[in-house]
Amino acid sequence: MEFIRNFPFFSIILAMFSGIISSVISGKWARRINLVMLCTVMTLSGATLWYTAHIGESITFMMGHFPAPWGNEIRFGVLECLMAFFFALIMLLSILGGQARIVEDVEDTKLNLFYVLLNLMMSSFLALIYTNDLFTGYVFVEINTIAACGMIMMRQNGHGIVAAIRYMVMAQIGSGLFLIGICILYGITGQLLMVPANSAVQTIVANGQYVIPLVVIIVFISVGLGIKSGLFPFHSWIPDTYGYATPTASAILSGLVSKGYIFLLIKIIYRVIGLPVIANSKILNVLFGLGVVAMIMGSVYAILQKDMRKMIAYSSVAQIGYIYMGIGLATTAGFVAAIFHILTHAATKALLFVSARELYEVSGGKTDFKSLRGAGYRSRMAGLAFSVGSLAMVGFPMLAGFISKYLFATAAIESPHKMLITFTALIISTFLNAAYFLKTMVTIYSERKQYEKEFNLQESVNKSSLMTRIALLVFVLTNVFLGSFSNIVVDVIQKGLAMFG
Amino acid sequence: MSKIRKNYEKSFAYRLKQWVNGDLDIADAKQLEVQIPEKKEPEVFLNSMEQETLDDIYDERRNKLLRRMDLLSKAASVVLCVVLIAFLLVMVADMPGFGDAASPVNNEVAARYIESGIPETGAVNFVTGMILDYRAFDTFGESNVLFIACICVQILLRLDKKSKRKEVQDIKKSAAKELKKEPGEDLILQKVSMVLVPLLFVFGIYIILNGHLSPGGGFSGGSVLGAALILYLSAFGYEKTEKFFSQKTFKAITLSALSFYCLAKSYSFFTGANHLESGIPLGTPGNILSSGLILPLNICVGLVVACTMYGFYTLFRKGDF
Repeated sequence: MEFIRNFPFFSIILAMFSGIISSVISGKWARRINLVMLCTVMTLSGATLWYTAHIGESITFMMGHFPAPWGNEIRFGVLECLMAFFFALIMLLSILGGQARIVEDVEDTKLNLFYVLLNLMMSSFLALIYTNDLFTGYVFVEINTIAACGMIMMRQNGHGIVAAIRYMVMAQIGSGLFLIGICILYGITGQLLMVPANSAVQTIVANGQYVIPLVVIIVFISVGLGIKSGLFPFHSWIPDTYGYATPTASAILSGLVSKGYIFLLIKIIYRVIGLPVIANSKILNVLFGLGVVAMIMGSVYAILQKDMRKMIAYSSVAQIGYIYMGIGLATTAGFVAAIFHILTHAATKALLFVSARELYEVSGGKTDFKSLRGAGYRSRMAGLAFSVGSLAMVGFPMLAGFISKYLFATAAIESPHKMLITFTALIISTFLNAAYFLKTMVTIYSERKQYEKEFNLQESVNKSSLMTRIALLVFVLTNVFLGSFSNIVVDVIQKGLAMFG
Repeated sequence: MSKIRKNYEKSFAYRLKQWVNGDLDIADAKQLEVQIPEKKEPEVFLNSMEQETLDDIYDERRNKLLRRMDLLSKAASVVLCVVLIAFLLVMVADMPGFGDAASPVNNEVAARYIESGIPETGAVNFVTGMILDYRAFDTFGESNVLFIACICVQILLRLDKKSKRKEVQDIKKSAAKELKKEPGEDLILQKVSMVLVPLLFVFGIYIILNGHLSPGGGFSGGSVLGAALILYLSAFGYEKTEKFFSQKTFKAITLSALSFYCLAKSYSFFTGANHLESGIPLGTPGNILSSGLILPLNICVGLVVACTMYGFYTLFRKGDF
C-alpha cells in the first residue's frame, strides 16, 4: 500500500521518459508508446486517487534526499489525483479521436515529433498539478508553452505559423510576468516551496510589512497566468490558435493547456498566498469583473462568426470567463464550481473540436455554415456528438454544463455583493450560448437546397474511422457521467480543496 | 411588391433568417483572423485605380485613420511602460535592500546550502550542489526545456528527404545549391580555428568536468563545446564535420544523455523519497571523482546543451544536420 505513494512521481517520470524515447523512433511506435503511457498514467492516478481518498489526507513526496525548504517536493491529495486522471483521459480521447486527422495533417517524417510534444505536455500537466514548489511550476509552465507552440505550428501552413507566433508572444509575456512575480515573492519570503512560503507570507501580512510588493506579486502572478489561459482582454490569440491546428491539438489546447495554468493559479491562491489575503487584495474582484465581461463578449464574438472553427474558439473565451468568475467569487463554493467547470469545459470543448473536424470532412473540408448544412446526416456519430457537446455547453439538464451553471449559481448566493451580477451574467450568457450553438445544430441538421448540392459536386463523404467514433462515444459518456453523477465528482473536489489547506 | 420586399429585407426577422442560414454576417462581423495573402504572382499588374485604392487603405501616408491608430498604439504602449516602470520602482523601494544581512533571503535555506552543502552533496561548488542535487528535479525540467525547444525548431525547419511536399523539395534543392559553395576558402578562418577549436574543446570539457569543483558546469561548458563545433563547421564545412558529427550522432547523444539523466535521477529520487540508502559514494570533496551523481549529470547536461546549440545552427543554416 505504501508503495502507491510513489505513483505520481512514476507518472511524471514515465511521461518525460517516453517523450525522450519518442524522438528517435518511428511515428508508429511513438503512437503506441504514447497510448501506453497515457493508459498507465490513468491507472496510476486512479490508484492514487483511491489511496488518498482511503487514507483521507494529502501526501507530500520528496523528490530527492532533502526535505521541504531545501529540496523539490510534489504533493497530492484527492483533487490533484482527480485532475491528473481526468487530464490523461481527455488527452487520450483527443488523440484517439483525432488519430486519422493527425496522419493527414502532419508530415510522416515528423509524426514522432508530434508525439514527443504530446508526451512532454502530459508530463508538464502532471508536474503543474502535483508540484509543491513554485519554481518547478515555472519550469513546467515553460515546457507546456513551448510544446503548445509546436502543436500549433505542426500543420506547417501559413495560418498555423502566424498563430504560433501570436501565441508565443502572448504566452511569453504571461510567463515573464509570472516569473517576476515568483522572483519578488522569493525576495520577500526567501522560500520557493509552497508550505514555507505560505507561512512566511502569513507572517509578513500579520506584521504589516511589504504591502506594495505583495500586491505586485498577486497582480503579476494572476495577470501572467490569466494571459496564458486567455482571459478576456488578452484573448486575441485564441481564435487563430484553436482554429487552425489539427483537431487533436485544438482539443488539447483549448481543453487542457489553459486549464493547467488555471489550476496552478488556484493552487497558488490557496497554498501560497492564502485565500483571506488574496480576498483582501481585491484582485479577485478584478478577475471576477473580467470573467463576467468575458462570458458575454466571448459569446457575442462567437455569434458574429461565419466560420465554425472560430465560433467554437470564441466560445472558449466565454467559458474561461465562467471559470474566472467562479474564482472571483472568493468563496470555497466558488472554487468548487470553477474546478468543476474546468472538468466540464475540458470534456466538452475537446468533444466539440474533434467532432467538428469530422463534420468538415464530410462537407468538402469547408468550415463555413453554408457548406456545413446537413453535415449531421452525412456523419451520424459526429453530428450526435456535436449536438451533445452543444447542449452541454448551453446547460441542458443531465449534461455537464448544467451542473456547472447550477454550482455557479448556488456559489453566488454566498457572496451577496456579487449575486445579482453573477445571476444576470449567467442568464445572458446562457441565452447567447443557446443562440449560436442551437443555430449550429439547426444548420447541421437542415436539408441542403438543390442548387447547393449541385454546386458542391466534389464533396467527399469521408467516413470517420472506428476509433474516432469510439472516442466520440466515450466523450459523450464522460459528459453524461459528469452531468448525471456529478455528486461524486463534486464531493471529491470539496474533499480535495479541504486537503489544500 | 418591391417596397414590401425592401421593408422585409431591412427587418430583424430577415437578418435573423440570413444569419441562421449562414448567408450573411450580422453587423459586419469583424474579421479578427489574420489574412495571409496568397502567394502573389509578380506578373499581376494592378491597374492604376486599384493600386490607388489599395494605397488609400494600406499606405500610412495616405490613410489618416491608420496613421492615427498607429500613433495611438505607440503612445499607449509608451504610457503603459512608463506606468509599469513607476509601479515597479515604487515597489523596489519597499523591498529589502541588496546585500542586507536582515533580508528574508538569508534564512535557514541558504544557511544549509552553505554549511552542509559539501558534506551532503560532495560538491565544493555550492551552486552545482544546489542545481544538481538539492533541486535536481528543476534542472531535469530545464534540460527538457532545451530538448523540446530543439524538437520545435526541427518541426519548423527540418527538410526531410522523404517528405512528399513539393515546396520542401524546392527549398532543399536551393539549399543544396547554396551549400556547394561551402567551405569558403577562408584561409584566416581555417588557420585560426585550427588553433582555437582544440583549445575550445579542451576548455569546454574542463568546465564540464570541474563543474562540481569550480564555477562552471554543464550549461556553461556545453555552450563552449557547442560554439567550438559551430566554429569548426564554419571553417571546414559540412563534409568534414559530418565525419564525426551527423544527425545520428546528435540523436544518439541527446537520447543517451537525457535517458541517463532520467534513469539516474529517478533512482536517486526513489531512494530519497523512500528513505533508502542510494549506495552512491560521495567521495572526497575536492577530488575530480567525487560528489556522487553530480559529475555524470553535469556531463549529460553539457552534452545536451552542446548538441542543442549545434543543432539550432545547422537547422537554420540548411534545414538538416
